[in-house]
Amino acid sequence: MSETPSNIVVDVRAVEKHFGEGNNRIHVLKKVNLQAYAGEIMMLVGPSGCGKTTLLSAIAGTLRVEAGEVNVFGKPLHSMPSGALTRFRASNIGFIFQQFNLIPTLSIAENVSVPLMIQGSSSRKALDKARAALESVGLGPRWREHPNKLSGGQQQRVAIARALVHEPPLVICDEPTAALDAQNGEIVLELFRNVARTPNRAVIIVTHDNRIFSYADRIARMDDGEIVDVSAQKSPPHFLHEHAH
Amino acid sequence: MTGLALKMLFGDTAKYLMLVAGLFLATFLIVQQASVFSGLMLWTTSTLKNVNAPIYVVEERVEQVNEVNPLRDTDVARVRSVSAVRWAMPLYSGIQRVRIDDGSLKTVQLLGIDSASLVGAPARMIAGNVEDLRLPNTVVIDELASTRLAKNPKHPIKIGDRFEINDIEARVVGICLASRSFTGGPYIWTTYERALQYTPASRKMLSAVLAAPVEGMTPNAAAKEIMRATGLRAYVNRGFGRNPDDFNTSTVWWYVRNTGIPISFGTTVIIGFIVGTAISCQTFYAFVLDNLKHLGALKAMGMSNLRLSFMLLLQSATVGSIGFGIGLLFTSFFARWAITNQQPPFYLSWQVPVVAFVVIQGICMVSALLGIIRLSLYEPAMVFRA
Repeated sequence: MSETPSNIVVDVRAVEKHFGEGNNRIHVLKKVNLQAYAGEIMMLVGPSGCGKTTLLSAIAGTLRVEAGEVNVFGKPLHSMPSGALTRFRASNIGFIFQQFNLIPTLSIAENVSVPLMIQGSSSRKALDKARAALESVGLGPRWREHPNKLSGGQQQRVAIARALVHEPPLVICDEPTAALDAQNGEIVLELFRNVARTPNRAVIIVTHDNRIFSYADRIARMDDGEIVDVSAQKSPPHFLHEHAH
Repeated sequence: MTGLALKMLFGDTAKYLMLVAGLFLATFLIVQQASVFSGLMLWTTSTLKNVNAPIYVVEERVEQVNEVNPLRDTDVARVRSVSAVRWAMPLYSGIQRVRIDDGSLKTVQLLGIDSASLVGAPARMIAGNVEDLRLPNTVVIDELASTRLAKNPKHPIKIGDRFEINDIEARVVGICLASRSFTGGPYIWTTYERALQYTPASRKMLSAVLAAPVEGMTPNAAAKEIMRATGLRAYVNRGFGRNPDDFNTSTVWWYVRNTGIPISFGTTVIIGFIVGTAISCQTFYAFVLDNLKHLGALKAMGMSNLRLSFMLLLQSATVGSIGFGIGLLFTSFFARWAITNQQPPFYLSWQVPVVAFVVIQGICMVSALLGIIRLSLYEPAMVFRA
């Protein structure tokens, strides 16, 4: 990975965001600047309420900022019309949520096929691709099962398959290991590493979980709505098991 | 996405069944009550179907066929004298009491028709011969009378059996099919002269004059001519519609205006509508709220509001169609039972299910709309807030 202007995937400049009204108005993002590059795993870390998830939402195009610029793959999300922004998300961003957000009444293959169907694929083609994506996360034989039959780690692997099935260049993860034990967390992080190594793809992870910091190529620390430090990670990736603390 | 939307709906079994149950109940109440009301209104005009004549001439203040303000016998000749009239015959119509074999009394609708022409005789005989009415002390009864007037309904009255109308003997010479009367009693036909013998005497006995227009003239034009020439009220007999000069229409509207029947049935229909709306809106909204996290995730992943709205509309229209179908199926079971038992009255016109379907789908669309509004207010960024 090299940090050159040509391979910038996410370019956030002087972004501002407030929540609330009057006396309850909170300045959540204060002139935040951040760049993420192709081929890297970037982690956004910091205490609760520091604005990590708000910044992630702005990068994902699910939240409008009040000032500044959010450019993803050179596209200005801050000024993009709603319809175009929705289409942009559908084809460029893969989402992994803390609570997985798998639809319980659908089989895991159907859950994984959703991003393809959003893009207009036929259900047969989408299901074929979804099964292949499930194979890649080790759940191929269980494609007919429903999410509630799977463990938390397996559900997160389904969510990863769903985030990657349409091959988005940017993967956004919100606390992906928060609901997982150490063993499953490690499996999931290994998958992320493989994802980030795909050419021209970046992974941005918001996390509190210091067990996984070593998997990051760079870590951006936030505090009180500001990026206070961006550091490259030097040590080889390993998962800090809970019993080691 | 259609398949996924339906799987989301069917997968939430409790809410799906609740929605279907609510819409089934609404459909059943609306269609069944509307059909019983229609059947009851149809019964009010049974005499017009059983005594089929193109024009009914009655006393000028009469508004419906079951109301009898007697005419003079000479009024038959007055109507005959109108140039627009091809023929005019007398009709007696009144409620009388029949004593049956076990000594009990039953109420019947007695009809007296012209013995020469037999105008107004039953059209569908199932036994005997209507012309035998010209024999002494004879009557033709409808199928209901054959069981209702029998000592034992399992052994219905046959041709040749006898009973008494106001203590005067009547011999059955024919059994026919007829529409049920509004009062629920059977119809008995006899000649006009014999009907007057069966009935306690009064000064005026003629109930109506049955008439037909001359060739080339419409019943409406002839009726107007009769009214102008005689001062009597002349109605045409075509079937319920918009024409106030039609006796069926006039009769039905009289019952609508002057009885509490429409209010009674209308209240039940409105309750069905309210129950359906309340259950459907509440349950569908709860379904949307339960799935808001997942729908929000779909929104974040790039599904447009339009597509999500389509999914919700499809889901609500589907439960609406299923609930409506089951409601109509149960209404048909009820109809079968009602027709077999010959009561309560039941008439399902094609308009009733069409209107009910529109109402049910309307309820579903309102339910979906509530969900769509809630979903449109849901910011996709909310999905990141656990």
